[in-house]
Amino acid sequence: MAMRKVAVVGAGMTKFVRRAQETGKELAWHASRMALESCEMTLDDIEAVCLGTAPDSFDGVHMKAEYLSDGAGAWGKPFMRSYVGGGTGVFTPIQGWYHVASGLFDAVLVVCEEKMSSYYPHGQAAFMTIFDHTTERPLKPNLLWIFAMEMNRYMHTYGISKKDIAQVAVKNKRNAADHPCALLGDPEITVEDVLNSEVLAWPVNRLDVSPVSDGAVALVLAAEHVAKRITDKPVWIQGVGWNLDTAYWTNRELAYPRYVEYAARMAYEMAGIKEPRKEIHIVEPYDPFDYKECHHLEGLLLADRGQAPQLLADGVTLRDGAMPVCPSGGLLGVGNPIAAAGLMKVAELYWQLRGEAGARQVPGQPKRGLAQAWGDLMQVGTVIILGTNP
Amino acid sequence: MTNKFKEFPGTPLSEGDFKEGKILFYHDQMKADFAWDTGVAIGSYLAALKEGYLLGGYCQTCRKTVIPPRTVCEWCFRPMDSYVRLEDTGTVNTFSLCYVTWDVKRIKEPELPAVIEIDGASPLHGIMHKLGEVDPEDVHIGMRVRAVWKPPDEREGAITDILYFKPFKEGES
Amino acid sequence: MSERVAIIGVGWAGYRPVSPEVSYKEWMYEAAVKAYADAGVDPRRDVDSFVTVAEDFIEGTSIFDEYVPDQLGAALKPVHTIGGDGLHGLATGYMLIRTGLANLVVVEGHSKASNVLTLPEITAYAQDPVLNRPLGLNTEFVAGLEMNRYLFETGTSLEQCAAVVVKNRRNALRNPLAPYGADLTLDEALEGPPLAWPLYHRHKSKHADGAIVMVLASGERAEVLSHQPIWILGMGWCNCAPSLESRDWNELRYIRKAANMAYQQAGIVQPNLVIDFAEIDDTYAYKELQHLEALGFCRVGEAGYLTEEGATEPEGELPVNVSGGSLGMGNLLDASGLARALEVVLQLRGEAGSRQLEEVEVGLAQSWRGVPTTSGAVAVMSH
Repeated sequence: MAMRKVAVVGAGMTKFVRRAQETGKELAWHASRMALESCEMTLDDIEAVCLGTAPDSFDGVHMKAEYLSDGAGAWGKPFMRSYVGGGTGVFTPIQGWYHVASGLFDAVLVVCEEKMSSYYPHGQAAFMTIFDHTTERPLKPNLLWIFAMEMNRYMHTYGISKKDIAQVAVKNKRNAADHPCALLGDPEITVEDVLNSEVLAWPVNRLDVSPVSDGAVALVLAAEHVAKRITDKPVWIQGVGWNLDTAYWTNRELAYPRYVEYAARMAYEMAGIKEPRKEIHIVEPYDPFDYKECHHLEGLLLADRGQAPQLLADGVTLRDGAMPVCPSGGLLGVGNPIAAAGLMKVAELYWQLRGEAGARQVPGQPKRGLAQAWGDLMQVGTVIILGTNP
Repeated sequence: MTNKFKEFPGTPLSEGDFKEGKILFYHDQMKADFAWDTGVAIGSYLAALKEGYLLGGYCQTCRKTVIPPRTVCEWCFRPMDSYVRLEDTGTVNTFSLCYVTWDVKRIKEPELPAVIEIDGASPLHGIMHKLGEVDPEDVHIGMRVRAVWKPPDEREGAITDILYFKPFKEGES
Repeated sequence: MSERVAIIGVGWAGYRPVSPEVSYKEWMYEAAVKAYADAGVDPRRDVDSFVTVAEDFIEGTSIFDEYVPDQLGAALKPVHTIGGDGLHGLATGYMLIRTGLANLVVVEGHSKASNVLTLPEITAYAQDPVLNRPLGLNTEFVAGLEMNRYLFETGTSLEQCAAVVVKNRRNALRNPLAPYGADLTLDEALEGPPLAWPLYHRHKSKHADGAIVMVLASGERAEVLSHQPIWILGMGWCNCAPSLESRDWNELRYIRKAANMAYQQAGIVQPNLVIDFAEIDDTYAYKELQHLEALGFCRVGEAGYLTEEGATEPEGELPVNVSGGSLGMGNLLDASGLARALEVVLQLRGEAGSRQLEEVEVGLAQSWRGVPTTSGAVAVMSH
């Protein structure tokens, strides 16, 4: 039997800010309200709610999803929170997809919210508790350690320089200058600015990394018969994939994200994609650090190993290049409220594929896009492919 | 997006808004205490640390030596019940020079976290620890290092029984 | 799409008040390896997707999802965590198979409640951080408020609540998995200081450690792999108001809606005519009564009388918590729903040993996520 077709029919998002006056519930509500308004639906039309949000420790709220549920429109509805660390923002629409594709629901609201500023004095400290409580946490590790070490391993393995990688931060922050919700858009930024920003954890400088932020994004997903009633331009979910590597991250090669490749292959197979480099027109890979965009393009099989920086140097991944990458501005430009940032990428594909991305619109009427997120202990890949054809 | 929406919600606040009392907030400190059972495999690993050596596990199906030890091999899902004593030397797989602490305080002298592939374990099998007694400028991938242990009477069966790893040249003790 | 989904393998470790000799990973492995042997599957070769249920503050680890794959045989496979109860996990597996994307899905839930030294404080962090938590109340007060309102509205008595404690802990005496079996009198069930009046000390289930793993299969695969698949006829889940200020204290609308969703899928109009036995959340004794009513087994206010009359005893019309429930087996936190479902599977297979019910065809499992949530789920299963 054929799979049930599922479309994205609405999207909304708040500004991404360092510290929002709004509570997490209010941010979730704003994004949800906008997503519903964008497709002229009301909460009564929604049959179930899927919520994504990263660690409870940011908010100091246990079972955070239960607390956020009314803000996300889940009162009196089937409601679940899915959770794959940083990969959550792209996983939650996958969760929405399986809700609809299962045949149990025809219209589902997907909400991702993050309020990282509640943690005092700095949200990053909350990440200490992602490490193994017995074998690693006593060393008082900083989140930056593992990414700096992964970046170092990536650079070392393929002979890539910090300057090659800094170009990614420049591209994305420039792209974000056209995003009305962006926290870090800067049309004038240069590679020197990135290289001269202070060293946090060599090889990571301050402008290589996206900062903690607050924000929310929501999508409305619908089954085929509902989607066609709501809009002339549904954007279809063509493929989904996710994959989790071993927790023993010091027992594997860090230079290449195998789990991203496996997740991508799962999504390509479902979407019937044989030659991703030709068939994917826009890419929104996860870019909390600039090297991650390169790392992920390689895992997604959209660049040869160690060659992703060259694609940028050749202009391929610019907004008007042959394969625009992070035309939204990505996490480096728009901001990084973790789960919301991942879903922002999926929302960007939705707007781009409908031709509604305004100043960020990529040329050439793209027909298919891919968004990807990553998380846990450099361990999980989540991939979704959207297209204008069902 | 820009067609539909003219305004985007989300009100940014500054540090000053809090200092000047424009924004009220409620401060609470978490009390979350845990005593995690270490179990068979990690329990043995900690006992070995207390004794002053590193313990690995060997998978007879995959013919692979891993560290820390575990009771099941994640690749073949066969039980893993042979333990192997490993060297306390290894090779730096990757490292960072970190100028901020875990709670985001800036420091002048960087911390030197590294993944160290442990001698006797299979290639690419290592642990995370810190480097010491080395000029940060000299740290490099491929550097040979040896564990520096706490004195036996101060060891408590924890990963911190190793203070750090320091560089050494082959043949040196 | 695959309409039919079955449970083809179950495994468990525990349950015990403490389990100092095993880590949570070893606990999960023990349950997983049993479930795979029971289902006759190899997780590395056969399983398409893995789902775990966990909450960070209970694990003491942020992004607990990280530590899930290895001991389930799930490394480099599609794995995700649901921040919900075990039945939410089961519902997720059910959906994944129904999409047609997966044929075999593994669902895991566990508890190492004994490792959480500050469980009351942790539970307090589930209260609204600004409106409720500053009052400094033990979260058990929410159960006290709800129970008081329930007794007031329905005329249910304290003794009727105590009858649930007596029944479930006595049932547990016949369950080798249950650590809290006891032969109490009604008076004994009401002894001791109240926790949050009218909620008495023995009306609350004690915590236990344990792990449960289930293997789910599409209809096609189930018929090949299993000689006694347990079919999931329907699954429902629902949330209501998280806020204490705006919730409906009289009615468990979320349980009623979750049940209706499951009944609709199963084609059930009158649950008490079709369902032979039920495993129901009894985190607190009064909840079993409230849940029986919300599930539509009887009218509001009747559950206490039915319990008193013995209708929910193993030999009664509708046996409830033959396993001993959470009062007898221990509260396994978010794994509790899977413990309820496990008993339904064992009973339907005829593998429940000395507590086996005769001629059961359809069973129901129901869960609630505990105070202060309004989150519950329901599963209806049959052989």
